[in-house]
This record gives sequence, structure tokens and C-alpha cells, in this order.
Amino acid sequence: MLDDFLVRAALAGLGLALAAAPLGCFVSWRRMANFGDATAHAAILGVALSLALSLPVFAGTLFVALVMAVLVGALSERGLGIDTVLGVLAHGALAIGLVAITFVPGARLDLSAYLFGDILAVTKSDLLVIWGGAALVLALLLWRWQALLTATLSPDLAHASGIDPRLESRVLTVALALTVAVAIKVVGVLLIGAMLLIPAAAARPFARTPEAMALTAAGIGGVSALAGLEGALLFDTPAGPSMVCAATLIFAVTASLGALRARR
Amino acid sequence: MKLIEARGLQVTLGEHPVLQGVDFHVDPGEIVTIVGPNGSGKSTLLRTLIGAVKPQAGKVTRKPGLRLGYVPQKLQIDATLPLTVARFLSLPHRISRAEGRAALEEAGAGALEGRPMSGLSGGQFQRVLLARAILGKPEVLLLDEPTQGLDQPGSAAFYRQIEQIRARLGCAVVMVSHELHVVMSASDRVVCLNGHVCCQGHPETVAQAAEYRALFGTGTHGALALYRHEHTHTHDHGHDHAHDHGHDHSHHDHAGHGH
Repeated sequence: MLDDFLVRAALAGLGLALAAAPLGCFVSWRRMANFGDATAHAAILGVALSLALSLPVFAGTLFVALVMAVLVGALSERGLGIDTVLGVLAHGALAIGLVAITFVPGARLDLSAYLFGDILAVTKSDLLVIWGGAALVLALLLWRWQALLTATLSPDLAHASGIDPRLESRVLTVALALTVAVAIKVVGVLLIGAMLLIPAAAARPFARTPEAMALTAAGIGGVSALAGLEGALLFDTPAGPSMVCAATLIFAVTASLGALRARR
Repeated sequence: MKLIEARGLQVTLGEHPVLQGVDFHVDPGEIVTIVGPNGSGKSTLLRTLIGAVKPQAGKVTRKPGLRLGYVPQKLQIDATLPLTVARFLSLPHRISRAEGRAALEEAGAGALEGRPMSGLSGGQFQRVLLARAILGKPEVLLLDEPTQGLDQPGSAAFYRQIEQIRARLGCAVVMVSHELHVVMSASDRVVCLNGHVCCQGHPETVAQAAEYRALFGTGTHGALALYRHEHTHTHDHGHDHAHDHGHDHSHHDHAGHGH
């Protein structure tokens, strides 16, 4: 079954969506969208590093994403004006990565595979990495769920309950770096942020609890992945962007329904 | 044994020194009220006591394993985070439906479990915060301006609830408030803060202190009268300190609520 490239692609998309969507809920609740982008864009630097050192791409991107996420996390704790700094880092990391990658012989040829993903070329070992990484992200989130939510709600309430909000931020930082490393093959660095945020945003209008939102987001992410893949085959469009298009379409529908319901 | 003891606290937020050389303690079961003008560091002191602010100098010692219940001044919940009251009460410890209902009842919130947090009024929100704080069976309950947004009868009812909660749980209560008249009558000890501890002690003692009067002078004129009125049952409050302040009318207005 796994010998079929389409089955592998579908499984890769599902694996990413199931981990990215619940994590994306935290990204949305904590207003970390720029944080996610900065980490994801830095991953292109990790690609350059991996290719130059002949390392697996997953290892290089995980390393660079982790460094970037820790750096950005430390900056965020300083507080004010962070939005601009994150924007600078997000775009700067992308540009530096794109320049750096041109120094690696041959890499320029398949640059778009790293920018937009190459889900149809996913191998069995890629699948192992994607599902392993996704399982790790979900396990982290489940393990820390209550503390993460409390810290997200209010760092002060967390402190008063004996929870260290900085520790919980680190957990999210690691989960984010893992997701970025896993996602690069599926949707590429430019659209990782989309796979985090859009399913979460689409799930919001119909969720009453954080858990419901995370589950709905995972479902929407999974459906988007499969529908996007289907659309890509049908219309001969790139798979990664097609998946994000599907998610955006779902968002448009749920947001409109939500607005309609609110008006009644 | 003291539940919380702070010695020589010095806190600087940004460039701005907020607390300097502050000593503070909480004994089991007492109600301590922190009063002080805006920007006097009241909230910062509470946040330092719960460990959310690291002092640059000085030390906060808590009884090992001390259970804290904290009611923040404000809680901004991001619009993208869906949260019902029941779900909020289950953070960080999962509680049963019955426990949640009982806590809401005790905090005077009524049956709000199914409501989204974003749809609550200011008063309901404060009571839900209080319900969550008492669910952990706190040994110290810390409240930061818990009655803002409530009208006078509303805040009086709120403080009665606090006293009942203390009676049942036997917890100490630390409150920050600007409503001196209501708060002082309910306190065992008042600490007057203005970057440093100006004065402290029994409410009546503090109310008489020169440092306190220098800070609150006319602003609490009527409030003090009400306080005295309730506790000494004299009716000469109108003349009591008319000589050191010239605001008899406001004074009477405030005192009028006591009748």
C-alpha cells in the first residue's frame, strides 16, 4: 500500500495536519503567528546547512528551527515591540536562507521543493520521520495540556498555581521546531504558518472549549490535506499550496457561518 | 508560622522603581488589606508574593507547599480562545461538575457553568475568578482590586462573601483595594503602601496615622467617617474632622450610605 506515492502523500499530509492544527491553536491563542513564521522561514537556512554538510534535511532544519525558536522565545520574554522584531527575523531568516542556499551546488535546482514542499516525492523513511515527529508533538501537547492552557490564559494565574509559564513556553518552542522540521517536505517553509493557523482559525467559530477547537482544527487540517491533494491531481496544481487553498476555503465557509449566526 | 514572608523587596519594572525595601507578611487566617494611591506598587507586591515578579533584591519565603488562590485585577482572554466557565474552573486542576457548581455558588456567581467567559458581565467575571481561586482550597487568598466595576451594594456583598469564605476555609486573605471605607472595616490589618510601607496596623490606627492622612487626605474623608460611624455608632461624624478638611458636603454624602 505504501508503494503508491499517492498513499504516501496522503499519509504525510494527514500526519502533518494532525500535529500542526492543535499546535496552531496555541499559536493563535498566544498570538504567536509571527513567531511561527520566523521559526519556519529560518528552516530554509537549515536546508542550506544540511545540503552543505550532507546531513539529512530533517536534522538540519530541526536544529536551525530550534535555535531560532529559542532565540525568538528569549526575545519575546523581553516584551515590548516584539512584533516588529519578529517580522524582521522572519523575513531576514528567509532571505538569508535563500542566499545561503545558492552557495550549495545543485540546490538551486529544487529550491521550490523546499519553499512549497514536495509531498508527491515523500518516501517511506520521510513518512516515518513525519509521523514520528507528529506523534512527538501531540504527546508533548497532551502531556502539558492543562499547564499549557493555564499559562496561555494568564502567566500570573499559572505562577499562583505553581506552574512556571516559561517552562510551558519552552514546550511550545520545541513542539514548533519539530513541526517545522516535519512540515518542510509536505508544504515547504513558506506555508508552514498556514497549516498552523488556518485550521485553527476555521475551527474557532464552532468551538466552545479549547479541546473542541483543537479537535475540530485537526479534523479540518486533515480534510484540507486530503482535499488539497485531490485538487492537485485533478487540476494539476502544486500539492502544498492546494492544501492551503482547501483550508482557506473551509475557513471562509466557517467564518461566514459564524458571522451569520452571531447576527441572529 | 507565617504563611508568606517578604523581606526587603526591591522591584524595578523597566526603568521605574516600583517597590523599595518592602517588608510584608501574612499570618494564617488574617485579612490584610493593602491600600495606596495609583502606581504605589500594590499589584506589583501581590504579583511578587505569588512569584510572578522576581524582586531585584530581597526575598519572598512561602510556607513549603503553600496553596495560593489568586484573583487578578484583569484577565484578558484572547478572542480566539473559546472557554466556558466550567472549563475555566477546571484549570489547572480538573474538577467535577458538582465541585464547580458549589464553588460558583459560594462565590455568589450562580449557575454560569455553560456560559462562555467572553459573555460575562464585569461582576460575573470577578465572581467566576473568585470561584476558581477557592477551588484549590487555598491557605492564602490574594485579591487584586476584586470589586472594580461593582457598585457599592455589589462590592459590599462581595466582601461579605470573602468573609464567609474565610470563615469556611480558614484561609488568610490579602486584598488590594481602593475602596477604603468598605475594605477597612473588614480587615484585621491594613498596610499602606507607596513604593515603601508607609504605615501599617489595625485599621483604626492606620486611619489615624499622619503618613496615611498625607496620602489620602481629602479623598478618604467621607470613607473614614463611614468607617467610624459603623464601628463606634457615634453620630457626630459631620463635625469630627471638619476642622482639618473643608469638604463637609461630600463627607455627608458618603456617610449617608451608612444609614
